[in-house]
Amino acid sequence: MIKITEKPIDIQKVIDATASLGAGAIDVFIGTVRNTAHGKNVVWLEYEAYEAMAVAEIRKIMAETSQRWPILGSAVCHRVGTLKPGEVSVVIAVSAPHRKEAFEACEYMVSRLKEKVPIWKKEIFEDGEEWISAHPSTSNTYN
Amino acid sequence: MKCSVKAFGIAREILDARELMLDLPDGATVAQLRQLLIGRYPRLGALTSLFIAVNTEYAPDDRLLLSGDEIALIPPVSGG
Repeated sequence: MIKITEKPIDIQKVIDATASLGAGAIDVFIGTVRNTAHGKNVVWLEYEAYEAMAVAEIRKIMAETSQRWPILGSAVCHRVGTLKPGEVSVVIAVSAPHRKEAFEACEYMVSRLKEKVPIWKKEIFEDGEEWISAHPSTSNTYN
Repeated sequence: MKCSVKAFGIAREILDARELMLDLPDGATVAQLRQLLIGRYPRLGALTSLFIAVNTEYAPDDRLLLSGDEIALIPPVSGG
């Protein structure tokens, strides 16, 4: 499953998409919206995606991941639009015969998603706004 | 050669448009397109990076652009 959606993510559906009788483990990453950045209160985040390319890049990441670990299934669902602190922005699930591969493969998928997939977020503060990682001069290079 | 360029995130805000029509010389490359856009919109040059996607794939600087290509500006991504 690869899905970009404006609606709240159904976490169980993402997990179920990786189900396999050969799996001894399903690792699930849930990304959530944090309420602070640089010591300021985040009021909400705006996410946007280049959907056709995001799906293509996620598909490549899934292929890379299955070449490196013997995973049985993987699923990614990313939300776009306006998200408030506490809401779920992304869910990544990976099933594998054993937990070690599931943990490692899921962490790899999260890292690659953050590096490659054309999705952007803007933090809206009480007194301004900022696209994450857009400029080298800002301290906010993590995301 | 008329080409349409999509823009996302901060690039969309800098261009003040989701899509831009450009007249490029035949045989223009990705690097030339980037230069032209930074010349026209200097704030693009201040970004940490500015990749260009052609037909939904990251394109190398020497990639030739063809009319009908789907071209997009990819400022630093920040999904997750």
